[in-house]
Amino acid sequence: MMKQLMNLLKKQSDLTTILMFAAGVLTMPIWLDPIGANYPDLLQKFVIFGIFAVGYNILFGLTGYLSFGHAVFLGVGSYAAVWSFKLLTMNVLPAILFATLISGLIAAAIGFVSMRRSGIYFSILTLAFAQMFYNLAYSVLIPITNGETGLQLRMHDPRIIDNYFSDPLPGLPSTDFFGMSMNGYSGFYFCAVVLILAFYIAMKIFRSPFGMKLKAIKSNQHRMRYTGSDTRPYLITAFIISGMFAGLAGALLAVTDPLAGAERMQWTASGEVILMTILGGVGTLYGPLLGVGIIKYLENIFSTINESVLQQFFSFLPQWGENIMVSVVSPFVGEGWHLTLGVLFMIIIIFLPGGLMEGFSRIQKRYRKAKIKDNQSDSTKE
Amino acid sequence: MQLLNGLDKGGAYALIALGLTLVFGTLGVVNFAHGALFLLGAFCAVTFQKILTISKKILDPSITYFDAYIEQPYLEIWFGETGLAIIDYAVPLSIIVTIPTMLLIGLAMERGLIRHFYKRTHAEQILVTFGLAIVLQEVIRHFFGANPIPTPAPDIVSGSAAVGTWIGLGENFVYPWWRLIYLAVSTAIISSVFAFLHLTTFGMVVRAGMYDRQMVAFLGINVQRKFTIIFGLAAVVAGVAGAMYAPILPPDYHMGMDFLVISFVIVVVGGMGSLRGAVAAGFLLGILQSLASMTAVSSLLPGIDQIIIYLVAVIILLTRPRGLMGRKGVMED
Repeated sequence: MMKQLMNLLKKQSDLTTILMFAAGVLTMPIWLDPIGANYPDLLQKFVIFGIFAVGYNILFGLTGYLSFGHAVFLGVGSYAAVWSFKLLTMNVLPAILFATLISGLIAAAIGFVSMRRSGIYFSILTLAFAQMFYNLAYSVLIPITNGETGLQLRMHDPRIIDNYFSDPLPGLPSTDFFGMSMNGYSGFYFCAVVLILAFYIAMKIFRSPFGMKLKAIKSNQHRMRYTGSDTRPYLITAFIISGMFAGLAGALLAVTDPLAGAERMQWTASGEVILMTILGGVGTLYGPLLGVGIIKYLENIFSTINESVLQQFFSFLPQWGENIMVSVVSPFVGEGWHLTLGVLFMIIIIFLPGGLMEGFSRIQKRYRKAKIKDNQSDSTKE
Repeated sequence: MQLLNGLDKGGAYALIALGLTLVFGTLGVVNFAHGALFLLGAFCAVTFQKILTISKKILDPSITYFDAYIEQPYLEIWFGETGLAIIDYAVPLSIIVTIPTMLLIGLAMERGLIRHFYKRTHAEQILVTFGLAIVLQEVIRHFFGANPIPTPAPDIVSGSAAVGTWIGLGENFVYPWWRLIYLAVSTAIISSVFAFLHLTTFGMVVRAGMYDRQMVAFLGINVQRKFTIIFGLAAVVAGVAGAMYAPILPPDYHMGMDFLVISFVIVVVGGMGSLRGAVAAGFLLGILQSLASMTAVSSLLPGIDQIIIYLVAVIILLTRPRGLMGRKGVMED
């Protein structure tokens, strides 16, 4: 029985992987409790940015195309979802579908143009598009985006479907899924289910012929062309899929907090998702999720530390030592969290370009080698 | 008028893009931290001005009811009028400090980080320099705060030049002196960089290196050292561009990133690895941007001023894949 189970695990069939993954995600409130990460806001962030990173990984991890404009789809998804709340209904299902569809369309347009080039030109093109959207959101598109204030729900929004079935209630309505409120833990569980679905799709893509094609493009695009397969449709499809994932994540951001602002589309936001993906491990299935977890967790901890916390932390040192340590560490915490992020990022790129997942596999290999060596030396002794 | 407006902006773009292209063409490194060098240059000017105006609190003799203090810079105390004049000229003088500082920073950056990334992929180069840019930007924010710091130009040039009367366009056509000076300085720097590359032996070697790095190395030239110096030079160009730009736009910690995105677009528009292309595209896009912000144009096509640069970049990249003056064989794969 035990052996069978082990075999099953080793084979890593799709079903076992997804079951284990689902169990891991749904029990997050339990196993994240000891490290103090068990509250709904943070959990929701883990899960939502997890979807974003998983989607980004389909493009960057599989094809190697470095897009610097993926935050656009996050922003577009948020706007689309909030508009759906405003115009149609507070139910989240249409909002999510609508947002994914819209961001897929925009991704198709951007991808169609950008995918004509590769390498750094592709990065610059996506960056140019992202900046265009960002600037337009603050100028011409203000009727749609509501400029710097951000798009919010209002009392007098039409909400056609909701108002058709029932009279409007007093007060601002909140988002729901057929009566289930989207605040707190229920919101988290909803997002978690979406993440599991998204992860399942990503896993299927990774293990499909389509995914193989994308990996082949990454390793040698010229050879692909010489063997007679047109790479462009595959690349565009990958771009659209990852754009839709980003739109989905954007929609979920709006679901948990119905507010959309253009700062979500800034190119530093695209930089953040690149960071997460790389930190965890590009092109691996779990890596991006790991990266999201680490970055969002550290962000949460580091940005709340201030000087008095530090003083307490170093209070075991003599006074002068304490002062030195506090002045050394304080630039890295609180407001300076981005500094830590930058340093961490550089260290990873310099020493471990494959991300943490590569680090794990290296350690594993070394461990195995050591074991084999031990066995050999044992046998020679005998 | 708008043409002139565009020219000084274009000057800044051209200077940054020049440094970027120089580094890219010779070292083959895509440097996302170049905007941060521009930022550091601007803050060199800020720091220099701050140091000059370190003040001592002294009793204000004009108020006798209570103890009022005024701050008097030490320089004024020590040198009187001359001291005040020095403070007034802080920005132009700061260039003297900026050049060696930026040279040092550039050399340190090349030796410490960039050198180890020659053999890595472009994506990794982009990412590591992006990380460095974040770090530099946050360090600046830690020391100088998040607000823009006004750094005035010398009083004598704070007014406007009556450009209109010079060229016979009427008296209403005026233009700030400092922007004219900026234009002159950037032109001077650009021409001196070109002169350096075309008239000296060192420049010849560098140009040869841009064509075929390996061959130059085979000829027994220490390419590595040349690269380090080139990187330092690019850092100086970006730094001076930043220091001089401080009076036009009060520097704040994210100005590097703002300029970086645009100057990358410019480099790509001009053609990767083409110095002339970078300069031409810099001025071109600067002018286009200010033309697009004219009321006549923006009422016709609302929002065009915000996206014109990116729009032009997209069009050029799709119609002329190597940019305006790009060479064959640079970043083709």
